[in-house]
Amino acid sequence: MRGLAVSGVLLLLAGLAAAQEIPIQEIPVSERRSGLDQMAPETRAMQADDAANPGMLWVGDGADLFARAPSPEAPACAACHETGALRGVAARYPAWDTAEARPIDLEGRINLCRSRHQGAAPLPREGRDLLALTAFVANQSRGLPIAPPADPRLAPARAAGRALFERPLGQLRFSCAGCHDANWGRHLGAAPIPQGHPTGYPLYRLEWQGLGSLQRRLRNCLAGMRAEPFAPDSPEATALALYLMQRAAPLPVETPAVRP
Amino acid sequence: MARALINMPKTAPAGSVIEIKTLISHPMETGYRPGPDGRLRPRDIITEFVCHYDGAEIFRAELSPASAANPYLTFTTLATASGTLRFTWSGDNGFSQSQDVALTVT
Repeated sequence: MRGLAVSGVLLLLAGLAAAQEIPIQEIPVSERRSGLDQMAPETRAMQADDAANPGMLWVGDGADLFARAPSPEAPACAACHETGALRGVAARYPAWDTAEARPIDLEGRINLCRSRHQGAAPLPREGRDLLALTAFVANQSRGLPIAPPADPRLAPARAAGRALFERPLGQLRFSCAGCHDANWGRHLGAAPIPQGHPTGYPLYRLEWQGLGSLQRRLRNCLAGMRAEPFAPDSPEATALALYLMQRAAPLPVETPAVRP
Repeated sequence: MARALINMPKTAPAGSVIEIKTLISHPMETGYRPGPDGRLRPRDIITEFVCHYDGAEIFRAELSPASAANPYLTFTTLATASGTLRFTWSGDNGFSQSQDVALTVT
């Protein structure tokens, strides 16, 4: 009996693996949809109302951090960046950093700014302060279309990100594309499969009961696929983020989004 | 101090019903979740929310460990006279926070 059940599982897995051999098409621009469209009306209402969206608590914290000098002799973020001057920035990250000679995401950019201009230590990833600052900066781009830079130096990392997206990973041999390109709109268990566009990060996930970054979400997905999650700020995570942003363009930025 | 967002009209005609929305930053740790060491994390929740309108209590809520983090409470009241609404959250570990919002009734 047990043997039968095990072979049944193996057959099922073999079937899933075989299904992934079929080349998967990228979602055409006209069909790209934010995960917002698949949410329950209550969750959508929560995101739409700034008085109900818990992500706004982090945006408020970020505004305070932005205006405050990290130490008495260092300038505050607001000393260089005028109010509203960062509108549109979140729509084009990750971007190339010449000094680092690698693509960096918005969190990485904020930390580089801290070390280069404020003489401050980088803030820990997933810490409340970095999430708050990132949410504050990204919130200024809310409503603007995602516009990844056409910088040719980003091309190799973006291609690597695409390869990661399409490659079966982990013990279950799932690929990102197998769900989010080939089967979006259907269900995985009880959960609807979204297209997987990172339109609203950092976002408030009801499951997390808090704000989290795209990298945290990717680690979540990878753990679910029984693959080894990317380390924080690893080249793989940034490469995948680069591809995901290109794949999501020109959907509007929603930060701070709310997701189930 | 925890960040709180209070959304209500600044002015309202006398006798009208106004909607008040409150959101406060709080982990609402249930006391039932084990931490990384396997021991239960101690309970840390907001247990009570009260709203006073010019000193008179108009709304009260008792919160339990089943409440979500960052509790969002919304309620309505009758705009009777210009005055101050005082919102108070209190809870475990001596948590207590008050915020005042002025309302002008025309």
